[in-house]
Amino acid sequence: MESTQPRVHYLNADYGIRSWLFTVDHKRIALLYLGSITVMFLLGGVFAGLIRLELLTPAGDLVEADTYNKLFTMHGIVMIFFFLIPSIPAVLGNFLIPMMIGARDLAFPRLNLLSWYIYIIGALFTLWAMLIGGVDTGWTFYTPFSTMASNTNVIPTALGIFITGFSSILTGLNFIVTIHRMRAPGLTWFRLPLFVWAHYATSLIMILGTPVVAITILLVGLERAFHLGIFDPALGGDPLLFQHLFWFYSHPAVYIMILPGMGVISEVIACFSRKAIFGYSFVAISSLAIALLGFLVWAHHMFVTGMSVYAAMIFSFLSFAVAIPSAVKVFNWTATLYEGSVSFQAPMLYALGFIGLFTIGGLTGLFLATLGLDVHVTDTYFVVAHFHYIMVGGAIMSYLGGMHFWWPKITGRMYPEAWAKIAAVIVFLGFNLTFFPQFVLGYLGMPRRYHVYPAEFQVLNVMSTAGASILGIGYLLPLVYFIWSLRYGAVATANPWHATGLEWETPSPPPTENFERTPIVTQDAYAYDTQEVQVV
Amino acid sequence: MSEHVVPVRIYFTIFTVLLVLTAVTVIVSGIDLGRMNTVVALAIAVTKAVLVILFFMHLRYSTKLTWLVVSAGFVWLSILILFTMTDVLTRGLVALTQH
Amino acid sequence: MSERAAASAHQFDDAEQQHDASTLGMWVFLVTEIMFFAGMFTVYVAYRSLYPDGFAHASHHLDVLLGTINTTVLITSSLTMALAVHAAQLGRRRPLLIFLVLTMALGSTFLVIKGFEYAHKFREGLVPGPWFSYHGADAGAQQLFLSIYFAMTGVHAAHMVIGLGVLGTLVWQARRGRYGKSYYTPVELSGLYWHFVDIVWIFLFPLLYLIGRHT
Repeated sequence: MESTQPRVHYLNADYGIRSWLFTVDHKRIALLYLGSITVMFLLGGVFAGLIRLELLTPAGDLVEADTYNKLFTMHGIVMIFFFLIPSIPAVLGNFLIPMMIGARDLAFPRLNLLSWYIYIIGALFTLWAMLIGGVDTGWTFYTPFSTMASNTNVIPTALGIFITGFSSILTGLNFIVTIHRMRAPGLTWFRLPLFVWAHYATSLIMILGTPVVAITILLVGLERAFHLGIFDPALGGDPLLFQHLFWFYSHPAVYIMILPGMGVISEVIACFSRKAIFGYSFVAISSLAIALLGFLVWAHHMFVTGMSVYAAMIFSFLSFAVAIPSAVKVFNWTATLYEGSVSFQAPMLYALGFIGLFTIGGLTGLFLATLGLDVHVTDTYFVVAHFHYIMVGGAIMSYLGGMHFWWPKITGRMYPEAWAKIAAVIVFLGFNLTFFPQFVLGYLGMPRRYHVYPAEFQVLNVMSTAGASILGIGYLLPLVYFIWSLRYGAVATANPWHATGLEWETPSPPPTENFERTPIVTQDAYAYDTQEVQVV
Repeated sequence: MSEHVVPVRIYFTIFTVLLVLTAVTVIVSGIDLGRMNTVVALAIAVTKAVLVILFFMHLRYSTKLTWLVVSAGFVWLSILILFTMTDVLTRGLVALTQH
Repeated sequence: MSERAAASAHQFDDAEQQHDASTLGMWVFLVTEIMFFAGMFTVYVAYRSLYPDGFAHASHHLDVLLGTINTTVLITSSLTMALAVHAAQLGRRRPLLIFLVLTMALGSTFLVIKGFEYAHKFREGLVPGPWFSYHGADAGAQQLFLSIYFAMTGVHAAHMVIGLGVLGTLVWQARRGRYGKSYYTPVELSGLYWHFVDIVWIFLFPLLYLIGRHT
């Protein structure tokens, strides 16, 4: 039952920088992404730190207004395009999907490597744009400011994002074909782990949405460079048209950022409750429902722009509808916990935190979807809090939970559990201290994207900045102990959590080909009730 | 693997139909049919596209999954255009109650 | 070796799985291309509904004869491409090469004619922006139309250039005997791409060239 570490596995099968830069092994590519997105996360965190520093005082005394505009723009661009969107799919998805379906690799390994190179090239363009002065349009690039009035480096940034979009598209394409065509014998769709369902739905969004933002960004760049007039109001161009095209992708993009996390949560909740996920098929189908409905709601970002009230009503109604499949997942995870044999290792702490924080974030989305309320809270810190509850309280917590859960599989080492629990609690407390005050601030009227504010908002801002410092510490801890564990962590067995799933039936770390023999699947996912072993 | 080989005469038939439809669309565009000009032009374009997809691109001989994939593409194209137009076409309908 | 044996890459179980996966992958890619052009079609529909007369007037600047010729050229190139795939399926190397080269010739013809059209627009001062030469009442709407014209036909032309590169690679590989009855997937998939680019033009032609003809 206990398998010793194999002498040869994917990490030591080949040495040297060329064996990494020219690898086609999905597991190595996942690690290439891990390094890259961690660097970008730290950069995005630096921007966040500067923002929170500025907002310690009501006056604009740390940076100029123009600089502040660049800070929040670059924070958004880096975090969204270069951290959140790739994070779970490119690291955990790349590593685990072939293993979870019993395959030797993804369908197109070379395309997978190309994806990473495209990501790097896009990141370099964007970083260059930042080094030569940055962008101040907001990550949303609204026209005509971005096309005509801004005197910052819109074109290189747009180019960087345009290029990076193809990384996303190729990843999604790879996942879709792999999941359709490369499942092991006996692995029917409704026996797949929910992590795979989640990534399949995510990939659909990547395929259908990303090209639209790509062409939109291209048009902005062309307009700026060649004075085409597509969004020029003086010619009769419609700024709202840009927003429709932009949000058609950028709203579904938030589901790209959360669905993979939801997949992680399903795996972790099942394992640490020793129970199959309640209502498995509902949770599976809800991922597809989120992907579909998520494409029908985008104009809720535009309620106050002067768009048609009639169209707004339609989008508002649909925005309520899209909450339903998410609620189904939350109810089913909760029902899974009920009468489960629950233990509280670090991955589970992150998963439990996710359920609570994602629920708060999701419910506040309904406030924003309500036309009358949105007039009051849109473009305030209420929105900022809403999306950070989902993106940070949700997506990043699930990313960390997943990294802890699968760390033994990826590296063959256990992380230090005590430190991990401490870090998870620090992250949870720091997060809430940072972002809950922002709900209040927004409701009281503090606008977003302003570096000055009325003095009466200072106390809440100071709380928020204090929370951000704590959150930062919480994030640095895993960085330290994960690296520490590579050398000094306990050697991991094939299945330290006694979890179900094909990825746990191969050694830690896995051999390059994943499985000696293609597995044959005869059971449903999460067959915890028929397991003989209880987790220690 | 058994890949369906389409007879060459089918390709030439489709080709001829495409050329005919091209001529028709050019000729009809010169006749004033009011709003129907756009409808006819689009109908002809859609017909040509369908012929290319079914026969030149072998969709007629492809799996149900491929049909689903192609349909999804066109459905999503429609979603983008139609939902955007719900805004563009109904903006002016809101009457201001006071000036 | 006149054809690759029915082998498959290491991640696949057999050649059939590889072929099915590759084909599905290409169709999924084409869906992304549909959505790429969808953004520009949306811009077109929105502005045409807002400025129908300006669009009709601006369409007169386009040469219907050249557009019709180009449409015919592209449709013919789709025929030759389909015949190339057919030849590959039957393992006939010479017809495959001939049809690939014909397709490339037709595609190049399209681009040359497009080049003449663009040059004419530059000369007539019809490029939107500071050098736009028309200053009538609907100059704004006309510039919107021409902006869309250049964006859509430009992106389409870029796709054609890429397509020519792909076809050139196929010719090079076909000459070396890489394709035969048991392996012609790259030819088939490149054909799908080429037909897609043709379909985009099938819509661009009436929407850009034919909307003002009867006024």
